[in-house]
Amino acid sequence: MGSCALARLQGLFAVYKPPGLKWKHLRDTVELQLLKGVNAGKPPAPEQRVRFLLGPVGSDEEKELTLTATSVPTLTNHPLVCGPAFTSLKVGVGHRLDAQASGVLVLGVGHGRRLLTSMYNAHLTKDYTIRGLLGKATDDFCEDGQLVEKSTYDHVTREKLDRILALIQGSHQKALVMYSNLDLQTQEAYDMAVRGLIRPMDKSPMLVTGIRCLYFAPPEFLMEVQCMHETQKQLRRLVHEIGLELKTTAVCSQVRRTRDGFFTLDDALLRTQWDLHSIQDAIQAAAPRVAAQLEKSLRPGHPAASMSRPALGLQRA
Amino acid sequence: MSSGNCFLQWGFKAYRTSSLRNSSQSANPSRQEIGSAQSTLLPSVNEQTPKTQKIPSLDSELPLEALDDLPSLAPLQPVSEEEAIQIIADPPLPPDTFTLRDYVDHSETLQKLVHLGVDLSKIEKHPEAANLLLRLDFEKDIKQILMFLKDLGIEDNQLGPYLTKNYAIFSEDLENLKTRVAYLQSKNFSKAQIAQMVRNAPFLLSFSVERLDNRLGFFQKELELSVKKTRDLVVRLPRLLTGSLEPVKENMKVFNTRLFKVKERHLFLTYLGRAQYDPTKPNYISLDKFVSVPDEIFCEEIAKASVQDFEKFLKTL
Repeated sequence: MGSCALARLQGLFAVYKPPGLKWKHLRDTVELQLLKGVNAGKPPAPEQRVRFLLGPVGSDEEKELTLTATSVPTLTNHPLVCGPAFTSLKVGVGHRLDAQASGVLVLGVGHGRRLLTSMYNAHLTKDYTIRGLLGKATDDFCEDGQLVEKSTYDHVTREKLDRILALIQGSHQKALVMYSNLDLQTQEAYDMAVRGLIRPMDKSPMLVTGIRCLYFAPPEFLMEVQCMHETQKQLRRLVHEIGLELKTTAVCSQVRRTRDGFFTLDDALLRTQWDLHSIQDAIQAAAPRVAAQLEKSLRPGHPAASMSRPALGLQRA
Repeated sequence: MSSGNCFLQWGFKAYRTSSLRNSSQSANPSRQEIGSAQSTLLPSVNEQTPKTQKIPSLDSELPLEALDDLPSLAPLQPVSEEEAIQIIADPPLPPDTFTLRDYVDHSETLQKLVHLGVDLSKIEKHPEAANLLLRLDFEKDIKQILMFLKDLGIEDNQLGPYLTKNYAIFSEDLENLKTRVAYLQSKNFSKAQIAQMVRNAPFLLSFSVERLDNRLGFFQKELELSVKKTRDLVVRLPRLLTGSLEPVKENMKVFNTRLFKVKERHLFLTYLGRAQYDPTKPNYISLDKFVSVPDEIFCEEIAKASVQDFEKFLKTL
């Protein structure tokens, strides 16, 4: 029973990592819950085995010791003797999230871990919502870090913020093309650049493909960022730098990943759903999309696999 | 006319005191003696009602023999310049006052305490505190206790704030204090930990061994913690030991629930505007029900929202 459950437990799925939890602890918790599910099952019926026993056979007059085949109960396969059927499961983590960040975290189980590497090599972009707070600067760019500076922010308007964000997006656009190592003189490269499909397929520093402000009520503001090859700390540093550009200071109060490649918030499983059946269903649901996307990205001569949603910059235009 | 007489009487009496001081000054060069002699003669300090300075009855203070030595002076008799300079006409110490300001220049104990950093203005607000301090002798009582506190690990600059809070430690027996520290050490608290606990909960050493034992046992039993965890908890929050246990007992269930659960539910209620934990106000949510009910009942009855809304909210954290 456990092994057929295990057969359906191969593939990728997404969980929603809550803030304050380290990704390693999350991975361990998911593994434990899966093991609980896989090892659950009614205990096997008591088994018997055949042994040849020496015993007296025959009538009272002539007793002789002969070997007879008897079936005796055996405890060799009792669960209390050999332990649970599965003691570990191989669960891998995709693009990591640090302890204070939250959002979609892709995990791979069993053979699905191979797909994690493929997903990494597809160099897909990720979506974040980032909340910032104007007026202070801290050493680790987080709200609870050590305060370095406080400043006023009355002069900051929505227009100024939008202008800064557009500047950032423009400069990163240039970097995108540069790091993707494409010869822009060819027609195909030009077509792809026009459609916004150029992305670096190698290591590169963090690149922001799209950034815009969703909500501005000083001192708070909310941004949506599409980026790749990022770490959450670099995103918080981005908030700090936006503050500096606005001639004030800013810290980041929330970093939340809303999309990782093709896994969105709707696919992400909450803490209450980290059990065997929900995860198996999630893997089944995500399997066709995963297969399609990775097959597209591995097509030869196609440097950048497109996603269903184009880059934000083009959408606005 | 009578008021004029009073004034003359007052002036005369003051002159008599000042001249007495003059004569005794020449006999005993140290002013300290006067201060301490005065302080032991003073009746209890009464700070409840601010009394105006009563004209002290100086007759009791003047020894009878000295009266004969005084030249019979009339108050309007001209005085030579040298004699005038030698008159020290300080106002006499009030026997009854609401503040220690009047005594601090005359009491070596108080002066040394102020040099240590003890905030006398806070201590004098307590009824018996000032009496206690004035009656103590620095060399005999206070010094030993200060050395004991320093041995414990409390730095010089921390003694002031500590004594401001727990001035009653001076009335404790040194042997009792040593026994209590020995008890804590027997419970495997390190010296540094004990120092930290005493610093953060100044009244800790004023608790008897039996009371400390009862409180430690209470926390270990009610929160079902291991010995090591109880020790860590108490080192981090020693005020648990000295403070009131009523709120802990009332909210026992909340402390035994996992933090993330309490946090998520509270944030959801705050988002809905239903986080009302004050029993006197309407729409009160009892903390017991808040933690113990399962998710569906929590959503329907307490939050009055659907489980899907709760899940959507969790994905925005």
